[in-house]
Amino acid sequence: MAHMEFSSGGAPSSGGGELYASRVKIYPKEAHGRFRTIKWIVMAVTLGIYYLLPWLRWDRGPYLPDQAVLVDLPARRFYFFFLEIWPQEFYFITGLLVLAALALFLITSIAGRVWCGYTCPQTVWTDLMIAVERFWQGDRNARLRLDKNPWAFESIWRKGITHLTWLLIAIATGGAWVFYFADAPTLAKQLVTFSAPMVAYLFIGMFTLTTYVLGGIAREQVCTYMCPWPRIQGAMFDRDSLLISYRTWRGEPNGPHKAGETWEGRGDCIDCRQCVAVCPAGIDIRDGAQHECIQCALCIDACDEIMDKVGRPRGLIAYDTIRNLDAGVQEAAPLRLFRSRVLFYAGAIALVGTIMLVALLVRPVLEVNVLHDRNPLYVKLSDGGVRNGYEVKLLNKQYVPRAFKISVDGLPDAKVQMIGHEGGVVPVPPDNIQAVKLYVALDKAGVGALSSQATPFKLVVTDIADGTQTEHDAMFQGPPKSGTAK
Amino acid sequence: MAKEKAKTSGSTETTGHSWDGIAELNNPLPKWWLYTFYATIIWAIGYWIVYPAWPTVSSYTKGYFGYSQRERVSEDLAQSQAEKAVFRDKIAAADLEAIKADPELLNFALAGGAAAFGDNCAPCHGRGAQGGAGYPNLRDDAWLWGGTLDAIHQTIQHGIRAEDDQTHMSQMPAFGKLGMLKPNQVSDAAEFVMSLSGNADDEEAAARGKEIFATNCAACHGPDGMGNQALGAPNLTDQLWLYGGDKATIVETITNSRAGMMPAWAGRLDPATVKELAIYVHSLGGGQ
Repeated sequence: MAHMEFSSGGAPSSGGGELYASRVKIYPKEAHGRFRTIKWIVMAVTLGIYYLLPWLRWDRGPYLPDQAVLVDLPARRFYFFFLEIWPQEFYFITGLLVLAALALFLITSIAGRVWCGYTCPQTVWTDLMIAVERFWQGDRNARLRLDKNPWAFESIWRKGITHLTWLLIAIATGGAWVFYFADAPTLAKQLVTFSAPMVAYLFIGMFTLTTYVLGGIAREQVCTYMCPWPRIQGAMFDRDSLLISYRTWRGEPNGPHKAGETWEGRGDCIDCRQCVAVCPAGIDIRDGAQHECIQCALCIDACDEIMDKVGRPRGLIAYDTIRNLDAGVQEAAPLRLFRSRVLFYAGAIALVGTIMLVALLVRPVLEVNVLHDRNPLYVKLSDGGVRNGYEVKLLNKQYVPRAFKISVDGLPDAKVQMIGHEGGVVPVPPDNIQAVKLYVALDKAGVGALSSQATPFKLVVTDIADGTQTEHDAMFQGPPKSGTAK
Repeated sequence: MAKEKAKTSGSTETTGHSWDGIAELNNPLPKWWLYTFYATIIWAIGYWIVYPAWPTVSSYTKGYFGYSQRERVSEDLAQSQAEKAVFRDKIAAADLEAIKADPELLNFALAGGAAAFGDNCAPCHGRGAQGGAGYPNLRDDAWLWGGTLDAIHQTIQHGIRAEDDQTHMSQMPAFGKLGMLKPNQVSDAAEFVMSLSGNADDEEAAARGKEIFATNCAACHGPDGMGNQALGAPNLTDQLWLYGGDKATIVETITNSRAGMMPAWAGRLDPATVKELAIYVHSLGGGQ
């Protein structure tokens, strides 16, 4: 069961009981092949979305921002294409995060750390930073050579320009971040004319620093030491999860192989160490599953290339299940997708997704909150009648101004008065809230006709424009009903 | 050449802790982690130097930046006052009807009035302006000295029986105490007063009281008991009682009189606040 063992510590152990270990610098070699191509595409798509999304426009009419994705903190609105979320609807975001977590669990139980290997921002930016490093300093061997002479002029200018490019990417990353929180074209103009708010520069600075340090310098140290996910993953895998694995049964015993020699009695692994050379985590996949491994699949590409060269079948390193590895078969046992944990995660995703979709579809464009005055609950009037006060909040979630009429249903002969809206019509600005003070009064006869101290009734809110009506529960409070009515 | 790897099996030192066969390894920490820890210590020392940090016997170290939360609060308050001043100047200059007609000013006045009411008026009139025995309910539709915006403004400015030249001033005689009415006359008058709002228990006594009322009370409360807001004389025909509408309380009122007092706020609060209060009180439901 070598595959279930997790080695520990990204840096090699110093063995002799030392408390601290230096980082061993990694010089990842460029890989070529299927998975490298997929990773380039994923990088282009994810970074493209991140950098360009704030510039996408979305028409919401004359009263609202036209940015497709915008977190408008001062106005407390989150715009996402056709969606708009008010602060009290934050459960949509919560639902989205729950969905994201469940999707992460699902994909991990099916195919391991796909998130880590392909789409995690740390992986994507590190990959980009390594590509930049390779562009200015050359591939693995050239970089190793430069580091042998760190003070040579060539080392200095090549490394200098690498760091400069990293910083530019980092600034662009921080710069893109702030565009999600303000109108991008306006803020861009402000940024270059140095008239943007201080907080924008502050956040650009923070994200510049984190991108540069985490993506350019810290790299695999983030995955190994800072990220909790590698530690959690152990609970997500099972014997049927597809993990990037070295097929020990096929590869061992390994050793150099000269062209023309027989493959009888030995493994397919020629110990060329290409899988180690391309690894951005600096590990040897042949040691089995390790928590440093982000499962980026580059070792598969490296090994397949070698297998093609030596004329052995591909797939010495491949996505495979522990069940298959133990059985020592390649592409024989079918992938078992219908496992309890896969079904559970898929079911949970379907459930949460359905709830969110339904909530979204029935999301009202008008919300009415009726708050009964509590102090005092009711006011006695000079004619022996009783008046109740209410604060009615009308939330207009449409992008146009609307006007509403409020009337009372279920309290015969009730007198309705609205402070500040004597005409009885309440205008509500587009995508906004209007609070109205509403008084409902009954005369002495009306109060006498009530059967109890608290009488439920309905407030009817009518949209002036199209006549649609909604009813809202309210309560009318009177003096205690005693046997001796005064 | 094999890179020496830390493995669960064997080679790495363990802490000796083992649960269900799972051993806790004793792998070395990365060096950068240690340096980060040192950096936070240096940061903390820097923090002590620039920010207030250490208590001394009677004070504390102020720090190089001289930062003070108290000063920040004062600055924030001053800034919010400056922002409010724009509206308050407008409210001070505008007349009451104009404030009411301007939605922006009205909103500001209602919010400001509510705050000022809680600070200054709630001790007597209650947090919800619902009043209590002897302290008028400001939400109902009965007003001693008038319920129009101007009348409420006047009352708040100058008070009732307050030390102010323009204060509302009136005095009901203590009919019983001064011997102007005998106890049985007081009782009859009280019965008549109750009959005005349809609550008399003894029609005969009420009939006797009618004469007494016409002679002693009608001058202020009106021949039909409707009251007179110019004198602060309550309407006795409605269902609302400031001190109580039962017979014993009315007898006590006629015997000993009542003279509630409200301070004049013109000298205590600035004119804009007084206006905001008037608009707020007028909005509570009883405003006329």
